[in-house]
Amino acid sequence: MYDKGKVLIGLAIFVIAALSIVGYNATMGDVDSFRTDGKPGPEKPVGHDKCVKETAYMQTSHMVLLNEWRDEVIREGKRELVETVGGEMVEKSLQNGCMGCHISKVKFCDRCHDYTNVKPYCWDCHLAPVEAPASKEAH
Amino acid sequence: MDNTRRKFLKLAGLTAAAGVGTTLLGSKAMASGGGGHAAPAHGGHAEVAPTGTRYGIVIDTGKFHDNPGLAQKCQDVCHSYHNVPDFGNPKDEIKWIWTDKFANVFPEHSHYRRDERLLSMDIIAMCNHCDNPPYVKACPTQATFKNADGAVMMDFHRCIGCRFCMAACPYGARSFNWRSPRGVDKEGHPFIKKYNQRFPSRMRGVVEKCSLCSWRTKKGKDPLCVEEACKTASDAMIFGDLNDKNSKIAKLLSSKFTIQRKPALGTHPSIFYII
Repeated sequence: MYDKGKVLIGLAIFVIAALSIVGYNATMGDVDSFRTDGKPGPEKPVGHDKCVKETAYMQTSHMVLLNEWRDEVIREGKRELVETVGGEMVEKSLQNGCMGCHISKVKFCDRCHDYTNVKPYCWDCHLAPVEAPASKEAH
Repeated sequence: MDNTRRKFLKLAGLTAAAGVGTTLLGSKAMASGGGGHAAPAHGGHAEVAPTGTRYGIVIDTGKFHDNPGLAQKCQDVCHSYHNVPDFGNPKDEIKWIWTDKFANVFPEHSHYRRDERLLSMDIIAMCNHCDNPPYVKACPTQATFKNADGAVMMDFHRCIGCRFCMAACPYGARSFNWRSPRGVDKEGHPFIKKYNQRFPSRMRGVVEKCSLCSWRTKKGKDPLCVEEACKTASDAMIFGDLNDKNSKIAKLLSSKFTIQRKPALGTHPSIFYII
């Protein structure tokens, strides 16, 4: 084998580079937002166990509901409260409704949006809840 | 030769007569056919017959003159609630409610040799929530529209920032975010001093305006500016349904002399002024 030394050095560099990615994710990476099984783990609100629709619907179609609410509230002036599956009354509003229970954008919205690499533009205008300083540092 | 000319003229005359005849017949038929459906012409100076709710405000300028700083208070309450940015220069100014002198608020009225009090007054100006709003037609995305309560609303989600509405509004009631309202100025001061978590901000490239506090009026509350003004001087601003004959505002309008801004444009403003 010609240039044995050079080839081995090159191989070693490649293996180290490849492993460094795994190593970085294992030690330094943003492991906070992922559970050990690799799925996003949005934190459910404490004290409210039912949303305005069933969980399966909310997981797949919350953006559709938000658009419907937007049109009803702004265009049609239908600002009445909506009842959750659990019987609570909430405002049809992202800031004043949803985020009233889901008090953290970082620990709820961002978990799945980061995981699926979705970048919704809601927060260009809508104000995210003020996060507790501790949670910001942890993230 | 003569014979030919005579024939030609006869023929031409007949053709012309036939042409005029058919036109007349045609228009007559159209008039009788479409007569039943012809809607009365809107616009112009005639008020449109009242139907449904039409919210409006009467502003008593004298009460604001007697309470200096009251207009500023109203503006502060409105702008701080609605996260209206202060860009620090009049060219980029965002205003939902503001004050100006009589000559600027009522440019079509003579201000020649008016009394000192009138000329020195700071008069509140805001969106007139016109019954015939010209910019609703100008908006290519229907981001701005008139709601069922007669308030002219903006759906900020849909605004593409073309600023046609700003050109179409004769009252300058619309402002454009040339920069991000969430940004900071050269000295690092944020354009929005204190965020109100209950209301969104806007983003760069979006037009914004007064929404007649539709989120409050739906719950039976007065708009913020009206509430604030009445805290200091009762009835400095009166809010209500112009179409409801028994409402306070309708009774006031029928008993007091009031003026509107630029009524000749046919926009039918819903904001009235007691001078």
